[in-house]
Amino acid sequence: MDLHHLVFGVYPYIALATFVLGSWIRFDHEQYTWKSDSSQLLSKQNMRFASNVFHIGMLGIFFGHLVGLLTPHAVFLALGISDIAHQGIAIAAGGVFGLMVIVGGTMLWLRRLFNPRVRAASRWMDINILGWLVMTALVGFSTIFWSVGHAQHGDASVMIRLAEWVQSIVILQPNPELLRGVDTVFKIHIFFGLSVFLFFPFTRLVHIWSAPVGYLFRAYQIVRAKRTA
Amino acid sequence: MKVRAQFAFVFNLDKCIGCHTCSVTCKNVWTNRKGVEYAWFNNVESKPGIGYPKQWENQEIWRGGWELKNGKLQLKSGSKLDRLLNIFANPDMPEIDDYYEPFTFDYAHLQNAPLSEAAPTARPVSQITGEKMEKITWGPNWEDDLAGEFEKRAKDRNMHNLEKEIYKQFENTFHMYLPRICNHCINPACVASCPSGSLYKREEDGIVLVDQDKCRGWRMCISSCPYKKVFYNWESGKAEKCIGCYPRVESGMPTVCSESCVGRIRYNGIMLYDADKIEALASVPNEQDLYQAQLDIFLDPNDPKVIEQARIDGVPDDWMEAARKSPIYKMAVDWKIAFPMHPEFRTLPMVWYVPPLSPVQSHIDQGALSSDPGSVIPPVENLRMPVKYLANLLTAGKEAPIVSALKRMIAMRAYQRSVHVEGTPDTRALEEIGMSVDMALEMYRYLAIANYEDRFVIPTGHQEITLEDFYGHQGQNGFTFGNDSSPGISPNSLFPERRKETVEPRDPAPAADER
Repeated sequence: MDLHHLVFGVYPYIALATFVLGSWIRFDHEQYTWKSDSSQLLSKQNMRFASNVFHIGMLGIFFGHLVGLLTPHAVFLALGISDIAHQGIAIAAGGVFGLMVIVGGTMLWLRRLFNPRVRAASRWMDINILGWLVMTALVGFSTIFWSVGHAQHGDASVMIRLAEWVQSIVILQPNPELLRGVDTVFKIHIFFGLSVFLFFPFTRLVHIWSAPVGYLFRAYQIVRAKRTA
Repeated sequence: MKVRAQFAFVFNLDKCIGCHTCSVTCKNVWTNRKGVEYAWFNNVESKPGIGYPKQWENQEIWRGGWELKNGKLQLKSGSKLDRLLNIFANPDMPEIDDYYEPFTFDYAHLQNAPLSEAAPTARPVSQITGEKMEKITWGPNWEDDLAGEFEKRAKDRNMHNLEKEIYKQFENTFHMYLPRICNHCINPACVASCPSGSLYKREEDGIVLVDQDKCRGWRMCISSCPYKKVFYNWESGKAEKCIGCYPRVESGMPTVCSESCVGRIRYNGIMLYDADKIEALASVPNEQDLYQAQLDIFLDPNDPKVIEQARIDGVPDDWMEAARKSPIYKMAVDWKIAFPMHPEFRTLPMVWYVPPLSPVQSHIDQGALSSDPGSVIPPVENLRMPVKYLANLLTAGKEAPIVSALKRMIAMRAYQRSVHVEGTPDTRALEEIGMSVDMALEMYRYLAIANYEDRFVIPTGHQEITLEDFYGHQGQNGFTFGNDSSPGISPNSLFPERRKETVEPRDPAPAADER
C-alpha cells in the first residue's frame, strides 16, 4: 500500500468516521460546547457582508458538491444533462460560491486575527479551522483553471472519475486507482476537503448540525413543565 | 380559561434611593464570571437617561418586542423566515460598546511601582483583551444622578413628546431611579425569537430561562428582548439572563436583589393569569389599552371559578393561598398604583413599578405646589416629575392611570401626616378621591412600613411533583452526577447513564384523613 492508497483509500474513512462518531460523542456528552460561537457582540464591523457572503458561499459549495458528486452518472444522463454541460454548471456554480467563500472567509479570518477583541476571544482552533476552510476554497477555486482546460477540449473524464471515486468511497468499495493520474491540484483539494471532516467535531463547525429549520414550524412560545405526570 | 401562576415583582420607585445594592449582590452571585463581566442582570438607571445598553428603549434601533402586522402579533424584527435569513449576522445585534467594554484596574501596580515623585496610578485594563485602556468612556451607570450633558440624556425615548427645553433649566430638572431586571414576561419576545428553542417559560412559576445546553448562540434573543435583558456570554457563546433566582425562590426565599434591597422597595409574589387570553390581549390595537389588557389577563384568586380551574390546571393550594395574599395583586389590581414598564412592547412584562412621587412633601410644605381652592391635593401636573414622562415609561403615554395612582399616594401621605404630625386624623384628602381609611392604612403598611412578610409572599416549589425521582435527589444538596440541567434531549445516549428510577414506591401514601 503506497501513500496514494493511504490518502484516497483509507484516510476518507478515518475522516468520515471521526466526523460522525466525534459529532455524536460531542453532542451526547458536551452539549454545552455545541454552539456557533458567534463573536458578533465583540465586533459588528463588516459582519453583515462578510458573514453572509461566507455562509451562503459555504452552503452553495456544500450542496453543489453533494449533488454534483453523489448523483449517479446515469441520473444526469437521464435528465438530459450532458457531461460537458455538467462540467460547465460545476465550473460556474463552484466559481461563484467558491469566490464568495474566499472573499467572506478571508475578511472573517483577518478580523479574527487582527481585531484585538475578537482575537482575544478566539481559541486556537477557531483561527485554524477558518484558515483551513479558506485554503480549501482557494485550492478548490484554482482547480477551475484545469477544469476549464479540460472542458475546452470537450473532455469531462476527470470530473467523471472524481465523482466515481467519491461514490466508490460512499458505497464502501474504495477505488483510489480512479484518482491516479488526475491533476495534483484536485488531489490537494480532496485532501484538504477530507480533513475538514476530520477536524469537524473538534471545532465550532458542529453548529451546522443544528441549523434551526424547525423554528419555522414551531409555535412562538415555549412553556416547559417540570411536572412529570 | 387556563390558570397559570406567575412569580411577579413590584418595585416601588417612590422609595428607590439608587444605592445599587441590588445590582452588586446580583453581580456577585450570578455574573462575576468571564464572558459576562459586562452583563448586569439587575441594573439601576438614572432617568432621564439613555440607559444600559445605550438607547435600549428605542425600538427603532433594536427592533425588540412585538408589533401588530395586519392585526396579527409578530416580532418587530420580522417573521420567522426573516429571522432565519438573518441568522449569519443579526442586523439588530448590539455591540459590546453599546453596553460598555468591561474593565478592571491594574491594582498591583500600586504596590509594585518603584519609588517615584508622583503617586503611582492603577490604569484601567480591558477584561476582554487584557490590554491597558486609554480611557474609560462608558459604563453600566455612566449617567448616574444625571451626570453628563442634558442633550445626551434628553435622547431618552420617554422624552420624545415632552417640551425638552423646559427641563433643561436647572430649576426644572427632574430625576428618578429605575432599577431593572428581566421582566419574566407573559408573552416573552426572547422565547419567541429563539431559533433553537432553548429559551422557555416555566409552567409552574413563569420564570423565563435559557437552557444552556440547548442554546446554540444564534443571538436572536439578544436583540428581540425589548428590555435588553438577555446577554451574550462571549466566553461560553451562550445567552444568559436573569434567572429570577429560581433556586432561592423554589425554597421560598425572595430573589437576591429583592432580599438585599435596603430601601425595601421590592415585592415578590404570585399572580394568576389566564393563559388562553395571552394572544388576544397582547394584540389589542391601541397601545394605550395594553395596560388595561394586562390587568384583564389577571385572575382573581378569590373567585370560586378560578379556584376550581386552578385545581384542574395543577396550581397547588398553597400557591393559591399565596396568590390571595400577594402584595403584587394588591398594588397592581386592588389599588392600581403599580404599572408594567413599556406595555407597548406587547410582551406583558411581570415586573411592575409604583411611580415616584418624591420629593413632593417638602415641595408642598414650602407652598411650592399650588392647589386648587378647596382642594387639599395639589394637581399632579404641578409635580416636579412630568406625568407625561411617567406615562411614556409605564402606560404607553396614557396619563389618567398615573394621575390616579399619584393622587392615591399623595392622599395616603396627607392622611398619615395628619395622624402622625398633627395628631388629628384629617380624611379630607382621602374623601376627595374616594379612598377609604382602611385602604390608606393598608397602603401605608405595605408601602411605608413594608414588613418582610408583607413584601415577600413566596410559596415553595413542589419538588415532590416536579422531580421525577425525588427519593433519588434526597441528600444531594443540589449536587448531581451529571448533566442534570438537561435530561432527555437525546434519549439514545452513547454512554451508560445513571439509572433514574429508585426502587422506592413513587405514589405517596394516602393522606391520614382519607384512610
